[in-house]
Amino acid sequence: MTAVLDRAEARSAEAWPDAIFDILKRADVRQVAYVPDGGHARLIRAVQAEPSMKAIALTTEEEGLALLTGASLGGERGVLLMQSSGVGNCINMLSLVKLTRTPILILVTMRGEFGEFNPWQVPMGSTTQAALALMDIQVLRTSSAAEVPEVVQAGANMAFAGGTATAVLLSQRLIGAKVFSK
Amino acid sequence: MSSFQFERRAAVARLLGDRGDTVVISGLGSATYDLAAAGDTDRNFYLWGAMGGAAVMGLGLALARPDVPVLVLTGDGEMLMGMGSFSTIALQAPRNLTIAVLDNGLYGETGGQPSHTGAAHGAARTDLLAVARGCGIGDARHVTDEAALDALAARLRDGGDGPCVALIPVDPAEAERVLPLRDAVLMRGRTRVALGLEAGV
Repeated sequence: MTAVLDRAEARSAEAWPDAIFDILKRADVRQVAYVPDGGHARLIRAVQAEPSMKAIALTTEEEGLALLTGASLGGERGVLLMQSSGVGNCINMLSLVKLTRTPILILVTMRGEFGEFNPWQVPMGSTTQAALALMDIQVLRTSSAAEVPEVVQAGANMAFAGGTATAVLLSQRLIGAKVFSK
Repeated sequence: MSSFQFERRAAVARLLGDRGDTVVISGLGSATYDLAAAGDTDRNFYLWGAMGGAAVMGLGLALARPDVPVLVLTGDGEMLMGMGSFSTIALQAPRNLTIAVLDNGLYGETGGQPSHTGAAHGAARTDLLAVARGCGIGDARHVTDEAALDALAARLRDGGDGPCVALIPVDPAEAERVLPLRDAVLMRGRTRVALGLEAGV
């Protein structure tokens, strides 16, 4: 298990999570809610170390939508980090985001779409984008480290300047397929 | 377990009698009607859906505004759907967040089916206060008389050492429905203005 986690972290130990962190900091994001994912591990650590941000661990992803609706009611910007399987957990709670027109940014690390070893990730990973679109969440996607800053910045602008709830999908090709050691 | 039960409208009116600047978020169904019956203000946010989200929405607000008392007023059915919220709230430990669960032991909105907290289940019933304590909520209290309700109202205003979960047993009789605002953009905007913010974005 440790070996698996180490490898997941090694792959994400590139510059793009740091670029995301810088964008969130500049956007004055104060609440960062998450269900952990290997692809987000480096970003979560950066958030935990940043005094102006609250890192909020969730037990399930839909909590994050209600949490950030409350945060925005009180004037704090929020971002929700999750893995693609978590999008399925969010569907009904997205009603709250839609009806309140709460500007939130959702950053989704993708599983089940590119070289996935675990078939249990595929049903939700292959329908993540459609599920978000069905609930009126705008979806951007990026597959290369070089374009991550531009795409995440675009999502942050749509959410926090435009008030449009937006999800950015960080593709499995970017993050790397998880390697299971036997 | 005490068998004392409050009349829900009287309990909510008494709890909110001296609410000051408290923002109240109500869970869908009877709790929303109860909050409306106690009097509409810009600091009321009524949920009509998003079942299971009330407590953790209160958490987000409480963290954003530590200067403002936040009350989540909800029912046993809504709270059962969001029990993981107790764990999430305990880790953040906001002192200004109070969650009051009006427990009638049934789903009043859908025909009165017994909920998991219902006394009819005997030893198999879910004890929401034990759940809250098990999730790390230090102040989990059973409100069994009017003195305890007044103490909860004081805690709501003044805050505490951490978050508080209170279980208020209420009579299962349905009260007359009082239907408040359903436009969530309007509710969000008016509460934000009341908190000194711009209405939008």
